[in-house]
Amino acid sequence: MTTVAEKEVNNGVDVAALLGAREALTQAPEGAKFAWRASCKWMDGTHSRVAVKGFHGLGQEQSHRTEFSFDMDHPEIFASQDNGATPVEMVLTGLAGCLTAGVAAVAQHRRIQLRSVTATLEGSMDIRGILGIDPEVRNGFDGIRVRFHIDADATREEIEALVAQSQKRSAVYDIVTNPTNVTVSVA
Amino acid sequence: MGFLRTTVVIVGAGHAGLAMSRCLAERAIDHVVLERGEVANAWRTRWPSLRLLTPNWQSRLPGFGYAGDDPDGYRSLPQTIDFLERYAGYIGAPVRSHTAVTSVRRTEDGYAVSTTRGEWRCRAVVLASGECNVANVPALAAGLPAGVASLTPLEYRGAEALGPGGVLVVGASATGVQLADEIRRSGRPVTLAVGEHIRMPRRYRGRDIQWWMDAAGILDQRYDEIPDLERARNVPSLQLAGFPDGRAVDLNALTALGVELVGRLAALRDGKALFSGSLANQAALSDLKMNRLLDAIDDWALRAGRGVALEPPRRFAPTRIEASPRLSLDLRRGAIRTVLWATGFRPDYSWLHVPVLDRKGRIRHDGGVVTESPGLYLLGAPFLRRRKSALIDGAGADARELSAHLAARLADRRLAA
Repeated sequence: MTTVAEKEVNNGVDVAALLGAREALTQAPEGAKFAWRASCKWMDGTHSRVAVKGFHGLGQEQSHRTEFSFDMDHPEIFASQDNGATPVEMVLTGLAGCLTAGVAAVAQHRRIQLRSVTATLEGSMDIRGILGIDPEVRNGFDGIRVRFHIDADATREEIEALVAQSQKRSAVYDIVTNPTNVTVSVA
Repeated sequence: MGFLRTTVVIVGAGHAGLAMSRCLAERAIDHVVLERGEVANAWRTRWPSLRLLTPNWQSRLPGFGYAGDDPDGYRSLPQTIDFLERYAGYIGAPVRSHTAVTSVRRTEDGYAVSTTRGEWRCRAVVLASGECNVANVPALAAGLPAGVASLTPLEYRGAEALGPGGVLVVGASATGVQLADEIRRSGRPVTLAVGEHIRMPRRYRGRDIQWWMDAAGILDQRYDEIPDLERARNVPSLQLAGFPDGRAVDLNALTALGVELVGRLAALRDGKALFSGSLANQAALSDLKMNRLLDAIDDWALRAGRGVALEPPRRFAPTRIEASPRLSLDLRRGAIRTVLWATGFRPDYSWLHVPVLDRKGRIRHDGGVVTESPGLYLLGAPFLRRRKSALIDGAGADARELSAHLAARLADRRLAA
């Protein structure tokens, strides 16, 4: 007879801290009001550079450890210089990062050891919309497909549940699936 | 002006209030049951085709149960009202009908309960006034264009009472799926906006799903032994109906009827309804959840042995969602003439002048004991003390335990005095 030791699961996610934050913010919901920021500078042509550093949360100003910078541009077939990813690819990037982080966190919470997680994303778009050729065609994606390949100590059904739960709790998934009021003004 | 005096006031003569009345009577604790209408008042104000979601045998109240010849049937509204009226008579409940409570407030040694027929003074109050007094309508309903009727399930009086034309049903829990089924069968086009929901087969392996949840102990799981009580208290109602033919009301069944499924209603903007793109995941989550329950039932059946399951295990077809469900619907174009808000219900405690409500207007309590205001109790709320607390079948066990707590408190106070 063997004794089953408590399974050691480490996906590098501090679930105890997350659950502690959940408990604390249930008691003090004003601390849960966050604001995320980005600032963008036009470089040249369709090339721009966006920076993120400060944000607001837990009742005060916060900061990333360092400023992160991303270049955005368009590829050469758009007669651009291709100095970076397109903004729509940045949207896919955000969705991928959010869902993948969610998979790791949910797996840790459910005591599932992950060995590898990869996601491939594709957003389809009819560019007659942005080119103004056909007003019936929307500018944005007409659909986004995400495919996960996950190697983990879990059944297929448990892995499907991980992926489903990660969508349920994802900010970016919510942002792309639901309408959001956007206010743009000129200083 | 004089006061009426009693030891305990129970607010509401539904199944929960009556169960508590029975338990207090067994302990010879003097009490009254104040009822704004008549016994089973909530059931007198629902749409006519509604039936209980639990089979007849499952309505077990302290000292009373089903004695008819259709234990597996589902009670109609008149049958439910009759059942509760007979219970009130059987236990001799001291019900004061047409006595609406207008205020409950603390006094030095208990509570003052003002009503439309005088004021009561008592040592303890049991709130059994129900969880579904008011229909929730989301704030975004204000954006409905003119010419589209807006209706709650409490106002709904059957499909034939609706005007002609298409109906957008918002919400796909028990109420939403039943009404979508019924309205679609009346010939009207129905669009169903689906957020989080819990798919559930009416029958499984030859028995009602409620039989399984009861027998396997799932309905008896206690509030102090489950990991996320807050979550458990807020789960949507199961996609079940008590139709006489036992038909399913899951999303596949509704699709087969010709109901169009769309995602959660996210916004009304410029006369257009905008739906979430999350429908596929909502359906996937629900299928996974249902299959986990069926796994648990199969495991239990295996341990319970022969004769428990009448049929072999099976799994139901996954929920079918179109590749690209509609994301918007122009409500100004005339296709939709009625929006029905099946977006849940909430209790009305506008008369409760004791500061025990949380941010969402719900009572803070520990298993029905309102610890911040000694002598105040809650009954009939979701997962109050066990998973079945909101069912008729759950009122008995909760009332027994809470009446014991209440009696112990009264005894303590007497000794101290």
